[in-house]
Amino acid sequence: MTKLIIILLSAVFINNYVLSRFLGICPFLGVSKKLDSATGMSIAVIFVMLMSTAVTYPIQMYVLNPNGLGYLQTIVFILVIAALVQLVEIVLKRYIPSLHKSLGVYLPLITTNCAVLGVTILNIDEGYTFLEAMVNSLGSGLGFFLAMVMFSGVRSKLEGADIPKSFKGLPITLIAASITSLSFMGFGGVIENMFA
Amino acid sequence: MTKLQNFSKGIIKENPVLVLVLGTCPTLATSTSVESALGMGIAATVVLLCSNIVISLLRKIIPDKVRIPCYIVLIAGFVTMVQMLVKAFAPALDQSLGIYLPLIVVNCIILGRAEMFANKNGVFDSALDALGMGAGFTLTLCLMGTLREVFGSGTFLGMPIPVLSDNKISILTMAPGGFFIFGLLIAAVNKFGKHKPKKSDFGCEGCPSAEICGKAECGKEGA
Repeated sequence: MTKLIIILLSAVFINNYVLSRFLGICPFLGVSKKLDSATGMSIAVIFVMLMSTAVTYPIQMYVLNPNGLGYLQTIVFILVIAALVQLVEIVLKRYIPSLHKSLGVYLPLITTNCAVLGVTILNIDEGYTFLEAMVNSLGSGLGFFLAMVMFSGVRSKLEGADIPKSFKGLPITLIAASITSLSFMGFGGVIENMFA
Repeated sequence: MTKLQNFSKGIIKENPVLVLVLGTCPTLATSTSVESALGMGIAATVVLLCSNIVISLLRKIIPDKVRIPCYIVLIAGFVTMVQMLVKAFAPALDQSLGIYLPLIVVNCIILGRAEMFANKNGVFDSALDALGMGAGFTLTLCLMGTLREVFGSGTFLGMPIPVLSDNKISILTMAPGGFFIFGLLIAAVNKFGKHKPKKSDFGCEGCPSAEICGKAECGKEGA
């Protein structure tokens, strides 16, 4: 149990996908301008991360590994994720239209999001059990959510700021991301020592 | 557009990282040292070259509706090959690139060039485009890698530099330094760049998922 909590907390704070592993930078910079779209995107990411881990982990363990096909990991995972996202979108559209309305636009975008492919591959590389892999996916998704929400707050403050001309737009956003990421570095070492 | 322009535009005028702002994740993550930056650049260039050539060859065969899944399968195949080659011949590089090597699959530069160039142009032009874009990507990565390694660890390709190795700014090799240096480089390009990029070439609209993303937010920003 302690191990699960450590995995969860370190995925959220220490190995934060966006701010320390640099995965999923495109949506982090692109969709973080408004709080509601940042929230919608993050919820969709958490959902897809959990779903794709639940599907890719058994595929790797029970189909690819016993048959010596481990090298097909990349190609199989990306296809599974792409198919899964399409499937989720169709199911949501048919049965839960209200949820589809709020998450639908973000779902196709997630197919080519490196955070989702990253989490599924990392779960295998780290040698997690199925439960640990699911907890890690949840933590990674929550970490993404936290970073997006925090950063959309930072960006709304930037709107009114007087910025040098060449720094307008992307450069100042990146500098702000740098400072946000600096604040997350403060968590380093905290989680390990909490349970020691 | 001449053959030479097809090659050279990727290096400065349409630099994939600094002007088109594609492939930010690997740029930030693997530029902690010159060596890994160079490795990442070359690996991505090889994948880009192979995928551009094959997609250009198959551009009349692949049905328009299923082209994106087809491209993804092709790219994933080439990435798997590169992954196996790197594992076999450069295990140290495999260690330092880690997860970012398989993640070349979702690198927007590769899918972006397939969608924007290779499916409209001939094989030779597509190969030149891939080489130019790959060179632009590699050079930018190396520039960032050099800045971060020289000032962050006081070394260059592992060799210590006299004064700097005693006064290193370690934060530059960590995550915040990556964002910071990248921000400064783009600001420098905005300041000194003679070729102002057209709006349609910039950021989100150059991204293969722009159409879908546009519904979300990027389109409204027009950035």
